[in-house]
Amino acid sequence: MDSSEGAVGSILEWEGVLMENFYQLILNGVLLGGLYATIAMGLSTILGIVKVINLAHGDLMILGSYLSFVFMHWIGVNPFWTFFLVIPAMFFIGFFIQSLILNRVVGKGMEPSLILTFGLSIIIQNSLLLFFTPDSRSLMTPLSVKTIPITEFLNIPLLYLVNFFVALGAIFILHLIFQKTYLGRAIRAASDDEIAAKLMGINTKRIYAFAMGIAMMTAGVAGVLVGMAFLFYPHTGPQYLIIAFGVMVIGGLGSMKGTFIGGLILALSQLIGAQLLGIGNQLLCGYIVLLIVLAIRPQGVFGEG
Amino acid sequence: MENIVLRVKNIDVYYKGLQALWNVSLELKEGKIVSIIGSNGSGKSTLLNAISGLLPLTCGTIELFGERIDGLAPHEIVSRGISLVPEGRRVFPRLTTYENLFIGSYPLKSRSTKNKLIDRLYEVFPILKERQNQKARFLSGGEQQILAIARALMSNPTLILCDEISLGLAPLIIKEIYFQLRRINQEGNSIVLVEQDIKRSLKMSSQAYILLGGRVVLEGDPTHFTEDQVKKAYFGI
Repeated sequence: MDSSEGAVGSILEWEGVLMENFYQLILNGVLLGGLYATIAMGLSTILGIVKVINLAHGDLMILGSYLSFVFMHWIGVNPFWTFFLVIPAMFFIGFFIQSLILNRVVGKGMEPSLILTFGLSIIIQNSLLLFFTPDSRSLMTPLSVKTIPITEFLNIPLLYLVNFFVALGAIFILHLIFQKTYLGRAIRAASDDEIAAKLMGINTKRIYAFAMGIAMMTAGVAGVLVGMAFLFYPHTGPQYLIIAFGVMVIGGLGSMKGTFIGGLILALSQLIGAQLLGIGNQLLCGYIVLLIVLAIRPQGVFGEG
Repeated sequence: MENIVLRVKNIDVYYKGLQALWNVSLELKEGKIVSIIGSNGSGKSTLLNAISGLLPLTCGTIELFGERIDGLAPHEIVSRGISLVPEGRRVFPRLTTYENLFIGSYPLKSRSTKNKLIDRLYEVFPILKERQNQKARFLSGGEQQILAIARALMSNPTLILCDEISLGLAPLIIKEIYFQLRRINQEGNSIVLVEQDIKRSLKMSSQAYILLGGRVVLEGDPTHFTEDQVKKAYFGI
C-alpha cells in the first residue's frame, strides 16, 4: 500500500516537473525572443527606410560585441558600462558607412547595395580575424550565472531577463525617435516617398546616414547583449544575420511590434522544437515555422498588405 | 521696374535617356502667374522637375532673382524659396496631415515659425485642421491635393510651381483650390502653373507658354492669343 502511494505521488511530482519544465521553456523563449528582436531591429529599419538589405548587419553587430570587449578590458569595467561607448561608436560607424559607401548606390536597385554590403561583411569578418584572432570571446559579467528562483524547478536566468528589458527599452526608444522627433518624421517621410521628401527640402542622403546610424546603435545594443549571453568569434555575424532575417520575415517589415512578435515566435519555435525533436533540430524548427508563416501570411504577422 | 523672379534660359533636358526639352526659355515677373500648357508628353512636368533640381540640365541656365540655381540639389533649391506641388500630389501616405505639413517646413529652422505657419494654413484650409491626426492616405483626393498645396506653402516659398493640381478632382474642389491659389498669389507669391485645363489657366495668368514636343511654340500675354493660335500650338497642326 505504502509503495503504491509513493508511486502515485512520484508520478504526480514528475508531471509537476514536466509542467514546470514547459513553463521554463516558454519563459526562456520569450526572454530570448526579446534579444532576437533587438538583433533584427536594425536590419528591418534599414530595409524599410533606405531599401537596402544590409548583409553586413550581423557582422556589424559582432563588431559591436568586439568593441565592448575592447572597452571592457581597456577600461576594466562591467560590460554594461560599455553601452555608453559602444552605442555612440556604432552610430558613427553606421553614419559613415552610409554616407561614404552606401549612399553612392542608393536608388540604383537592389543588386549594387547587396554586393557592397556583402563585401563589407567579408571585410569586417577578416579585420576582426586579423585583430582578435579566431579565438572565441565573451563578455563576462557576474550576471551570467545568476538566476532568480521562482519554484524548485523554475528559474529566471537573470542575464536573459536583463537582456529582455534592455531589448524592450531599445524598441521603445526607437519607436519614440521615429514617431515623435523631427528627425524621425523626416526619416519616415523619406521612406514613404523619397522624391517628395527631396522636394520638401530634405537632404535624403543625409537622412539615410542618420537612419543607418540609428540602426547601428540598435546593432550595438544587440552586440553587447549577445556577447554577454553567448560566445562570439569573428565569423559569428552571418549566423545572427539569418536570425534577423527570420524575425523580419515572420514579424513583417516596417513594424516595431512585428519585429518584437517575430522575435518571440522565432525564439519560442526554436526552443520548443529543440525540446520536442532534440537540440540538433533547433534551427530546423525555427525555419519550419518561418515557412509556415510565409505560406499563410507572406507579408508577415504585422506586415502591411 | 518689375523684378524677374525666375529666368530659364535655353535649357535642354534629358529624361530617361531621351531629350525632353529643347532650348526652352521662360521668364516670370514677381507676383505674377505664368502658365505652361501643352498636351501629354510635351515636357511640362520635365520643365518643372528641372527647375526643382530633380533633373539635370545638359545645356542652359536657371536663375532665381538673378542667382544661378541650376546644378543645385533639390533640397538646396527648396531652401532658396522654390516649392513644387508635384504631379499626383505625392503626400506622405503613412504620415498624418499634421506631420505632412510639419515636414513641409523642413528648410525653416525655428519651431515657432513652423507652428505659426501651420496655424495660418489651418485657417485658410479648415479641412486640414479637421484631418490633422489622420494619416494622409485616408484623405480623399481633394483633401490630399489641398494638403499637397499647403505642404508646399510650409517652406515659405517665394515661387510655387504647381503641376496639374486639378487632375482627377471634382469641379467644385477645383474651383475652391483655384480660389485659394489666387489668394496665395495676391499675398505676393509668384506661381508657375502647369495645367491641362487650358481655359482656366490662361484666364488666370499674365504670361503663358505653350509647349509642343519639348519646344516652346507659343508664348506671350494669353489675352492676345487667338483661339486658332492656341489650337495650332497645342495640337501642332
